[in-house]
Amino acid sequence: MLDAERTKLKKRALGWLIVIVIVAVVAGFFDYGHQFSFLPKFFKAPFRLGLDLSGGTHLLYEADVSQIKDSDRGSTMSGLRDVIERRVNLFGVSEPRVETLEVGNSYRLVVELAGIKDIKEAIKMICETPYLEFKEQRSDEETQQILERQKAKDPLYLNVDPYFVATQPPLTGKYLKTSSLQFNQQTYEPYVSLQFNDEGAKIFEELTTKNVNKILGIYLDGQPISLPVVKEPISGGQAQITGKFTTEEAKQLVERLNAGALPVPIKLLSQQSIGASLGESSMRLGIKAGIIGIILVIVFMLIYYRVLGLFASLALIIYTALSLAIFKLIPVTLTLAGVAGFILSIGMAVDANILIFARYKEEIKKGLTKFRAIEEGFKRAWPSIRDSNISTIITCLVLYNFTTSIVKGFALTLLIGVLVSMFTAITVTRSFLRVFMKEGH
Amino acid sequence: MTIEFVKNRKINYTISFVLIATSIVSLALFGLKPGMDFVGGSLLELNLNKIAVSSDQIKSVFAQFGINDVIVSAIGDNGLLIRTKEISEDQHQQIIKQLTSQFPGVEESRFESVGPAIGRELKNKSITGVIFVLLGICLYLTWAFRKVSRPMSSWKYGVVTLIALLHDVLIPAGIFALLGHLRGIEIDSNFIVALLVVLGFSVHDTIVVLDRIREKLRLMPGLEFGSIINQSINETLSRSINTSLTLVLVLLALLLFGPVSLWNFVLVLLIGTICGTYSSIFIASPLLYDWYRLGQRKQLKK
Repeated sequence: MLDAERTKLKKRALGWLIVIVIVAVVAGFFDYGHQFSFLPKFFKAPFRLGLDLSGGTHLLYEADVSQIKDSDRGSTMSGLRDVIERRVNLFGVSEPRVETLEVGNSYRLVVELAGIKDIKEAIKMICETPYLEFKEQRSDEETQQILERQKAKDPLYLNVDPYFVATQPPLTGKYLKTSSLQFNQQTYEPYVSLQFNDEGAKIFEELTTKNVNKILGIYLDGQPISLPVVKEPISGGQAQITGKFTTEEAKQLVERLNAGALPVPIKLLSQQSIGASLGESSMRLGIKAGIIGIILVIVFMLIYYRVLGLFASLALIIYTALSLAIFKLIPVTLTLAGVAGFILSIGMAVDANILIFARYKEEIKKGLTKFRAIEEGFKRAWPSIRDSNISTIITCLVLYNFTTSIVKGFALTLLIGVLVSMFTAITVTRSFLRVFMKEGH
Repeated sequence: MTIEFVKNRKINYTISFVLIATSIVSLALFGLKPGMDFVGGSLLELNLNKIAVSSDQIKSVFAQFGINDVIVSAIGDNGLLIRTKEISEDQHQQIIKQLTSQFPGVEESRFESVGPAIGRELKNKSITGVIFVLLGICLYLTWAFRKVSRPMSSWKYGVVTLIALLHDVLIPAGIFALLGHLRGIEIDSNFIVALLVVLGFSVHDTIVVLDRIREKLRLMPGLEFGSIINQSINETLSRSINTSLTLVLVLLALLLFGPVSLWNFVLVLLIGTICGTYSSIFIASPLLYDWYRLGQRKQLKK
């Protein structure tokens, strides 16, 4: 190689190297931002940890939308999400995640609560969100029919209430505007006053007109709490629940109703609760395993490849700093599986270096100078580096698109790891070698 | 120094044959034990805080609530893992209350509950995932071996890679079927993920060797196919072993120092990685040679 060409390459590589090292140092400070008090606030953002590392609860509910028209299901679900979100916020959870999901024909709700101590209380609170609905009396014929069916032990009718049925049109907590605690002026007994929104008021008027002298039952979570007889049509959308409650009970009911009544009933499908201390120990052990893994890889590279290994090791450290910074920037939710994926990618990050160095040794054997052999090694190893990473990238993409959130965490960290490692193992190592490699045989 | 991989291939075929036969037999006899992820169920992990609690004591608490099918196993040196059929949130709370009053100091550190419907869904998702990864890899292989070369047509390289891949997946699966029978280890969605990752690694390892064979065929057309294969394996040997070794090193670190809950996941990866390296050196390329000889013999007969 011509001297002039070499000097030019070397100069350009030096420029690159300075930029890379600065970026890596900044990334390193960014990764450990909370340790340094002098850094600006931006640096101190924590990693976003998954529930299995921070401790917390993942709840999956199924919403029963069988009573809702197809076209209204979407808006009902977002209403449900808002209600649950308000509930959860009352609990003071930092960054709760409440999301709706549509899987086939079923409508689901995911609730993720990070870092809370009392999981039991939280679940109770969500489950306790009241499902308010009104029911009207069935006609006598219908009641008779159902009772007969039940006597005949017809399985279809065993769980049917023979006396009451959901109102038509349905009136549920969805139409509730606000509720308040009131006291009867004469008896001083507490009662709960309900105020419907405009749409609800119209429905309520329609129902009370239809059901004069009949019972219009108020049901909470499927249980009747008040079965008042309608005396006259009521307009204006005001209703009262006069059950036999203590003041404390009535107050609680008002609070719960105001936080939002569920527009549809929900059922807990699956849950995952991880104690904070278990999450912490998983995190600590994961970090420990990662550090030991990096050290083992570096020791191996130094023993086997000597000076070349030193530069690959530096590239590996830069790789670690950059990847962690990217995780923080995006931000990637780090789960235990994600940490495993990242540690795995450490083992793969030097693969490209190993392929390049193997080529380099072959080129040296052919009698090329060191500098020349390095250039050839990089050029010739590239197809195998590219090919070898493609199969892992395919796997990551499939895993990311077709599986659950936990697996997604793994796939994403592994994918980012593979991509970053292609940059560090090739560009970074090459810049190091171009700058520091001495000419000779 | 050159190692005679092609000449001594019978020994390696025998080793692999025995391993694969054992795996298939244990898969057929015991099957893989599907975990809670796939069939639904509940899992409770307790932090014992150094309090002595026997598994029979735990079982009797669950029996009070009418839950008799309970599996209790130790996790780490201070924890218990309890697996049952799916229990409701109410039952869960009652059981915890009973446990903490009967054994003060014991703490719940994890509770997971999966309904059977969700389990089925996850199972279907895993199957879709496996199919798509296989499909993606097949497409990739067709692309990687797209340049036709002599004396073997390119699709045969692809088939050999797929055989090696099957080899690398069957062995860890067989080992887990055996572990399921002996130690009650169940497979979860992480197991499937680990197998898929092994698929990716296995392909890449095999491709490195096969690539070299094709390059050599182009550069030294006069050489006998067997010695081309043998030289190629020898030349790529150190990089095959080294790339796997760095992976094995971090996996060992995870296995020995990482959290217990990752143990099964890491074990599948470790076995798969070692099998993958073994098969790409000792199985894939020699198989290519045998296939070549088979073709030659047929030609001679004609």
